[in-house]
Amino acid sequence: MNGNEHVFDDRPPGVRPQENTANFLSYTVGLVLAIAATIGSFVVSQTDLLWPPGVPVGLIVLAIAQIGVHLVFFLHLGSGSDNTNNILALAFGMLIVFLVITGSCWIIANLNDNMMPMPAH
Amino acid sequence: MTIAIVDTLPAETVSGRGGGGPAPTRTTIAYGFWIFILSDMVMFSAMFAAYAVLSGNTAGGPTGRELFNLHNVFIETACLLFSSYTCGLGMLSAERRELSRFLVFAAFTLALGAAFLTVEISEFAGMVEKGAGPSRSAFLSSFFGLVGMHGAHLTVGLVWLVYTVAQALAKGLRPVVLRRLACFSLFWHALDIVWIGVMTLVYLMGDR
Repeated sequence: MNGNEHVFDDRPPGVRPQENTANFLSYTVGLVLAIAATIGSFVVSQTDLLWPPGVPVGLIVLAIAQIGVHLVFFLHLGSGSDNTNNILALAFGMLIVFLVITGSCWIIANLNDNMMPMPAH
Repeated sequence: MTIAIVDTLPAETVSGRGGGGPAPTRTTIAYGFWIFILSDMVMFSAMFAAYAVLSGNTAGGPTGRELFNLHNVFIETACLLFSSYTCGLGMLSAERRELSRFLVFAAFTLALGAAFLTVEISEFAGMVEKGAGPSRSAFLSSFFGLVGMHGAHLTVGLVWLVYTVAQALAKGLRPVVLRRLACFSLFWHALDIVWIGVMTLVYLMGDR
């Protein structure tokens, strides 16, 4: 194996690519972005800045953006080859989470639609 | 013995996916814990699904709009976000073997986590006092289930943090303590991610 050859190396989640002074910066950038997304969520939900029927979509978009910020800047998950195993596991977890949540909502919405009308109590 | 040898190999000589022999202990332990966290997320997804399905079923009782205090939620969110930040900085200090800085950051993490729990417990107590306890409606059962589960995780996390700091004090920041600390840090960041979902789905959407 010569020195120039690129060697794939597994990196655990939560570990930075190399120890350097940029680590503190990474956490701080993450914190600033997360604060921005959080304040954005509160502003969107409490004001009419967005078209009102679009507010839930706006909130979901902001939440997904903030989760992305946390994964990249706090958990240091990246697209590098040393992160392949971590990302694959995350992708599988997200698939299951997606199936459970949307599947439940879909099935129960169908059941509610097909309910016999019930007298109000 | 083998493990100790593998652990000291420089990262460049270890190639991934089984190619260069066993991965370092640090890698395998954190990866295993990552799998646990993802399975925990799957468990949380069931609680989120239950809440999404049941949040409209208030059985004539109070709705989220009447119960939630977004001022408190904002304080809780800020506490968790900053505790995630200090937890990350604490890990950095620990990896650089700076014990006193690590202790300062761990104290901040603990204090912010405890502040979050205090606000949450007082919120729960106020709701139960108003007759809006978990047995009032399906909405409130799923609310206390989901938010309470997150709070329970956080409580376990705080106990774990105290335990790990005690280990760092007793044994020093040696590799085994650092690995446990790394697992705690993953757990703590993951709980912050779950809270983003709770904040958005339960409080911000429920308040409208």
